[in-house]
Amino acid sequence: MNSTTVIVGASLAGINAARTLRLQGREGPIIVVDADPERPYDRPPLSKQMLTGEWEREKILLPAGKEDLGLDFRLGVRAKALDLSARQITLEGTGGAVETTAFDSLVIASGASARRLPESAGVAGVHVVRTLADSLALRDELDAGPTRVVVVGAGFIGAEVASSCRKRGLEVTLVEAMPLPLERILGVEMGKVCAQVHIENGVDLRLGTGVLQLETETVDGVEKVVGVALTDGTTVAAEVVVVGIGVTLNTEWLEGSGLTLDDGVVCDNTLLAAPGVVAAGDIARYPSARFGRMLRVEHWETAIAGGEAAARTLLAEASGETPAVFDPIPWFWSDQYDRKIQLAGRPMPTDQCVVVHGSTEEFRFVALYGDGDRLTGVLGMNRPRHVVQLRAIFEEGASFSEACERAASL
Amino acid sequence: MRIVVDFDLCESNAVCMGIAPEIFEVRDDDFLYVLDENPPESMRAKMEESVQRCPKQAISIAED
Ligand SMILES: Cc1cc2nc3c(=O)[nH]c(=O)nc-3n(C[C@H](O)[C@H](O)[C@H](O)COP(=O)(O)OP(=O)(O)OC[C@H]3O[C@@H](n4cnc5c(N)ncnc54)[C@H](O)[C@@H]3O)c2cc1C
Ligand code: SF4
Repeated sequence: MNSTTVIVGASLAGINAARTLRLQGREGPIIVVDADPERPYDRPPLSKQMLTGEWEREKILLPAGKEDLGLDFRLGVRAKALDLSARQITLEGTGGAVETTAFDSLVIASGASARRLPESAGVAGVHVVRTLADSLALRDELDAGPTRVVVVGAGFIGAEVASSCRKRGLEVTLVEAMPLPLERILGVEMGKVCAQVHIENGVDLRLGTGVLQLETETVDGVEKVVGVALTDGTTVAAEVVVVGIGVTLNTEWLEGSGLTLDDGVVCDNTLLAAPGVVAAGDIARYPSARFGRMLRVEHWETAIAGGEAAARTLLAEASGETPAVFDPIPWFWSDQYDRKIQLAGRPMPTDQCVVVHGSTEEFRFVALYGDGDRLTGVLGMNRPRHVVQLRAIFEEGASFSEACERAASL
Repeated sequence: MRIVVDFDLCESNAVCMGIAPEIFEVRDDDFLYVLDENPPESMRAKMEESVQRCPKQAISIAED
């Protein structure tokens, strides 16, 4: 069948969907659109090796973006609107030229953008880290050797930025509105461990306080940040402020399209959002039987697996087969200082949490999460082997108590 | 098919071990060991998956 496929988003989910479609024999044009003019690149290094200066941009290009798959890349082109009934998408090029393209299949992989602080637009020295351009701009300012960097938000990206700054020998203040870092993801006990990791690495950690306002100075017509006033009444002087307070999903172009939008593009359990339309990666919300609720997962591996699965769903739909259910165990890692944190699963912060290997004092351990006797998560700090093995046990459907028992013999 | 791991890039996160424990093993010393550098052809799909899923792009397949 010679049909046209349009993929919006040439990042992890989109590129892996394109690759899978091609390798599985989809013929006809595959148009891959991305508003970012850069060749497809990988994001995790943006807060890690790119910020420390260990890696250069060539190193983070996505391998699938370099393969010869006969894809029609439209980089620097933004999707503006979707008309589902006419099966048309409106695209806007760099010069503002607007064109309408018809499609048979559509992959929605437009991901997310970094949330910014209100009134921070146009203020020099204030950064987010989502794109290569963001990371390079921040790196330039870190190269200049600021006396202090304030990182707002101690989530994974904030924590990694703080870590990269410390690796460069810079003074860092890390501000978190919650009483503990990552508390809403890992719970109180593990939140305390994560706080301790920052403190041991020389970070000035300010918990339970938010940003009141940015302090700025205008020199030669340029408004530049000079510090951050916090809600606890203190002010921290800093030439560089990095904001890591989560994301907003890139769904503007889907407003009014008829697709169900509810904190993401709502899909079925095969990532199908409408006939011939699939979504994958950070933007897709799908029902997980494994976790008994709708999930939207912002992890690297889920973006790859979701892109592949969404492509297979399109292929199955076209050939009249039943598409496979998408319900993997979410897994991600975060590198902070010399610690590697890995989490498999989706615990609730209120779930019980038991350390089954090593100790939190050494910052080298594995912990299991359970909701009653239902296993919900495996957390590791510098214990990759155990996390992988326990994830396999999780995959087999082990209960919490069973996993605790089997963990003892790993 | 020969498996080549760039150990300067590998960070021992054991993703490959999760996919093919019979070929890749991260031990308690936190190093990755390739148990069989010439896996049988029947393992090709798993080897290709490991190449794609390695977050560090540290694995490649050489055909010699
Ligand atoms: C700094 C950073 C560090 C990370 N570190 C880790 C980590 O250590 N471990 C981990 O598991 N995960 C990590 N992640 C998360 C992981 O990178 C994401 O889950 C992944 O990038 C999601 O891929 P995606 O393709 O769904 O979306 P994105 O990567 O967000 O890509 C979406 C693409 O769509 C494009 N786009 C958006 N709107 C439009 C439009 N209207 N028209 C055209 N194009 C559009 C964007 O330009 C973008 O290229 C990190 C993320 C960041 C930002
Ligand atoms: S997946 Fe890659 S980085 Fe991880 S252990 Fe295997 S080779 Fe090393």
